[in-house]
Order: sequence, then structure tokens, then C-alpha cells
Amino acid sequence: MAVLFSDPIDWISQFQQALDNFRTSSWLGSSPSGSGAYPPLNVFRKGDDLVVIAEVPGIRKSDLQIQVKGNTIRITGRKAVKYGENAALHRRERLAGGFGRAISLPLELDADNVKAEYRDGILALYLPRAERDKPRTISIG
Amino acid sequence: MARSQELEVQEKKELVSKEEKTVPSRYYMPNTDIYETDDALTVVMEIPGVQKKDLDVHIENDVLRVEGRVDFGNYEGLEPLYTEYNIGHFARAFTLSSKIDQQQISAKVEDGVLTLTLKKAREAMPRRITIA
Repeated sequence: MAVLFSDPIDWISQFQQALDNFRTSSWLGSSPSGSGAYPPLNVFRKGDDLVVIAEVPGIRKSDLQIQVKGNTIRITGRKAVKYGENAALHRRERLAGGFGRAISLPLELDADNVKAEYRDGILALYLPRAERDKPRTISIG
Repeated sequence: MARSQELEVQEKKELVSKEEKTVPSRYYMPNTDIYETDDALTVVMEIPGVQKKDLDVHIENDVLRVEGRVDFGNYEGLEPLYTEYNIGHFARAFTLSSKIDQQQISAKVEDGVLTLTLKKAREAMPRRITIA
């Protein structure tokens, strides 16, 4: 049935649309380093926790440093772009250099359980929300 | 002491293609470096999130085409709160200026960067023509 085939595609389109809709939402706006610095970040919610994803192609894992302090995450690193000897450049679009970016998240993190993954040029930070910061259901007595 | 901020954000460019894809999903143009040495042409493309198995590279009529597909499955269950870039597949095509030996193309993907080494064809080499 055609509907079945188009479903995952619809999902991707909707997801891309959602990413556009949250472009520079005010969610991070009040933190000291708002938007604009390298690397560009996307912040997602996964259940109670947060996932921060950045595209940092061409950076070695050993050239990336992540620091967590309180609810502030700091990502620093260096990107190198090398050409072979005696190479004549036809096109040069990739940028190189050092970078540092800090973001303060508007919720309390469980800093001890932050996990970082780096694969195929994508850095993913899994930031669990502190237990005491999680919403509690209050039953009406 | 804070490290100096040298690296700038490069806005992802959406691909504007003459040909339309049958599936209405977004494609982006990977940032690309191309350089030439005596014996080869090297194409370096940034394709974060693309695994080697999801890459298509081919040369036809001196046009090099690269297409890399991102696995959206990794984003399932994630709800966007704040975004600075969009996610899509990558595609780009280049018309090659020098003759390439199609038998000697090597591809390597590392940390989201594809490096294609295209060995130049020896000018002296007789061109093989296959009769269809």
C-alpha cells in the first residue's frame, strides 16, 4: 500500500520542518554564549533528558574536549585541514582553526552521568537531568 | 585562558539541483576542497553522519557525482528544543577537467570526511572503447 511507503518519508520531512521551526528559538538565548559560535548545535529532548548534537566533520576525537560544570557544557577543540605537498588548490571551502563554545542549559544536569559519543563527524552529548530537577507528579489529597 | 575562536560557523547550503529527486527530502551541499597533484586529483568532502555504506560515488561523462545519505533512525525519539542547523542527505557533482583513470579511484571516510583520490589517466595510454 502506497501509504505505508510514504510514511517514513513524511516523518523525515516533518522532522526537517520541526528543525526549521526551532531555529534560534529563545530557549538558549539568555545564556552567555547564545547562538552563532562554532560548532553549530542542536538540542533535543529525549524523555526527561537532553541530547546535544553537533556536526564537527574532520575533527579527530583526540582534538575534542568536553567539560561539564554545573549546567554549563563547554566544547573546545581544533580542526586541521591539510593538503598534500605540491598540491595546487582548485577549490577551498573547508575551514580550519581552534574553537571554544560554552552553553548553559536552563535545567539542572546530573554532571556525573554525562556521556559523549563521537562517530562519523557527529558529536552527541547525552545529558541526564538531575533527579532532584525532574518534575514530580503531585496527587491531590 | 580561553582558546581563541578562529573557526567560524558555515551555514549549510541547500542543494539546488537541475534534476529533481523522486523523494521530497532535503539535500545539502557538502563543503568541499579539491586539489591537484602531479598524478592525482583529490576531492575532500564534509559529510557528517554519513557511513561508508550509504555513500554513492560515480563518474560518468567526466562528471563526478557523490551522494551520501544520513541515517535518520538515529534521531527517532528526539524532540527538538533549540536548533542551529538542519539535517539532510548530501549530494554534489563536479565536472572534471582532467581525464581520470576510472579503475584507480580510492575512497576513504574518516570522522565524517570523504577523501576521494582520482588518479589521472596517462595521456599516452590508448583509450579503450567498448563496443556495445
